[in-house]
Amino acid sequence: MRRVGQYIMFLGALFRNPESFRTYVRLTFDECIYVGWNSIVLVTIISLFIGAVTMLQTAYNIVSPFIPDSVIGLIVRETVISELAPTITAIVFAGKVGSSIAGNLGTMRITEQIDALEVMGINSVSYLVLPKILATLITYPMLVVMAAFLGISGGYIAAEVTAVVAPVDYVQGLTTQFNPFIGTFAIIKSLVFAFSISSISAFMGYYTKGGALEVGQASTKAVTVSCIAILFGDFLLAQLLLN
Amino acid sequence: MIEISNICKSFEGKTVIKNISSRFEPGKTNLIIGASGSGKSVLVKNIVGLFQPDSGDILYDGRDFINADRDTKTEIRREIGMLFQGGALFDSMNVERNVKFPLDVLTRMSEEEKLDRVNFCLKRVKLENTNKRMPSEISGGMQKRVGIARAIVNNSKYLFCDEPNSGLDPQTSIQIDRLLQEITDEYNITTIIVTHDMNSVMEIGEYILFICNSHKLWEGNNEDIIHSGVQELDDFVFANNMMRRFRELS
Repeated sequence: MRRVGQYIMFLGALFRNPESFRTYVRLTFDECIYVGWNSIVLVTIISLFIGAVTMLQTAYNIVSPFIPDSVIGLIVRETVISELAPTITAIVFAGKVGSSIAGNLGTMRITEQIDALEVMGINSVSYLVLPKILATLITYPMLVVMAAFLGISGGYIAAEVTAVVAPVDYVQGLTTQFNPFIGTFAIIKSLVFAFSISSISAFMGYYTKGGALEVGQASTKAVTVSCIAILFGDFLLAQLLLN
Repeated sequence: MIEISNICKSFEGKTVIKNISSRFEPGKTNLIIGASGSGKSVLVKNIVGLFQPDSGDILYDGRDFINADRDTKTEIRREIGMLFQGGALFDSMNVERNVKFPLDVLTRMSEEEKLDRVNFCLKRVKLENTNKRMPSEISGGMQKRVGIARAIVNNSKYLFCDEPNSGLDPQTSIQIDRLLQEITDEYNITTIIVTHDMNSVMEIGEYILFICNSHKLWEGNNEDIIHSGVQELDDFVFANNMMRRFRELS
């Protein structure tokens, strides 16, 4: 409970004694490149394969002659947009970006760089953490949209390559009974996950005590707690928004 | 001038600082000395506001720091420069950006003015032509000098140094000591240096505060220290043969 209280106070400190707007714009832009742009390759690879595998698994599991092949495209679309793109990408993102945020802040803490900022009269939480959270909130939904598109494309490529399902049927399934709310649902999820990953990882890194060993432990803890928060948030949002 | 009175600080029930009072004057190199774990770094962190003392008062030129509102506290903090034990340079920034950082965040100077000031400070610490080098590419002594340049770039009125000589060879240590003394004298800064380096004590100790077991045990200057008559201080200062021989000679 003490940690939860400390986390809430940490979030409150984000908006206390802020620096100039220009400073945050510059820092957030830098972080967007670090957090978002540098994750594109990883997200691309993962999304293509997840889409391809989802298509294959669905196709191999639907063996009834009474179910048209186009259903495969429909299932891949729904699964990728509503679950795989926001959630699996979030777990990978927590591993890459979350551990990096915690490691970065942890190192700054143990080498007294955070103390140096505080002594200068700068609110280190606001200066260091707010741009990371903003950058994650901006770039992660974009990555999710990209992941959804690439996941569906991965399914299409797999259909072309393996001929398990005719690409025409796959595309027909993709365009059947589309409910635009799953897009909104995915974006809402991506925003919640982005905030969870960045704020939890920053919190773990910011309060690191000790040396190099503790920085490593903080990174590991950041990923673990972020993943739990993602899965819990996923369940909660599904219950709240799809019920 | 910085005045502290009856500063107490404890962590989880363990007293680290007990009733320490002192007065640190501008234009003087004020040294806080004591064995490892005696509480000297904690005292300085209390003075600069990194820790909140359990009780006591801290006055910066008469301005109450502990009970000040947030704006006054920020204003005072912006007059403080601090050199940390490991330099605490920002890894992701080169030397020039590290020194320019306080100006970027705390002032509205033009880019040209900032660069002029940065180059002036780098020249002052004898680090010309290192602007574009990264902290990892320069030696420990150079990192300390960059740290000093960063601490004074914003015309700080108060300069704090936490063990500026740790990890440095004797020659570089003396260079850093002299540089700190020159800067203190030149800009009439109130400088407080935490150290357990006896060369520094003898070289630049214009005012020395000795802390032992969380208490202030002695204060004076580098001439008085030889004949203090305080057993704990004698044990600390004259721990090695060279210092004992020095005392006999003097």
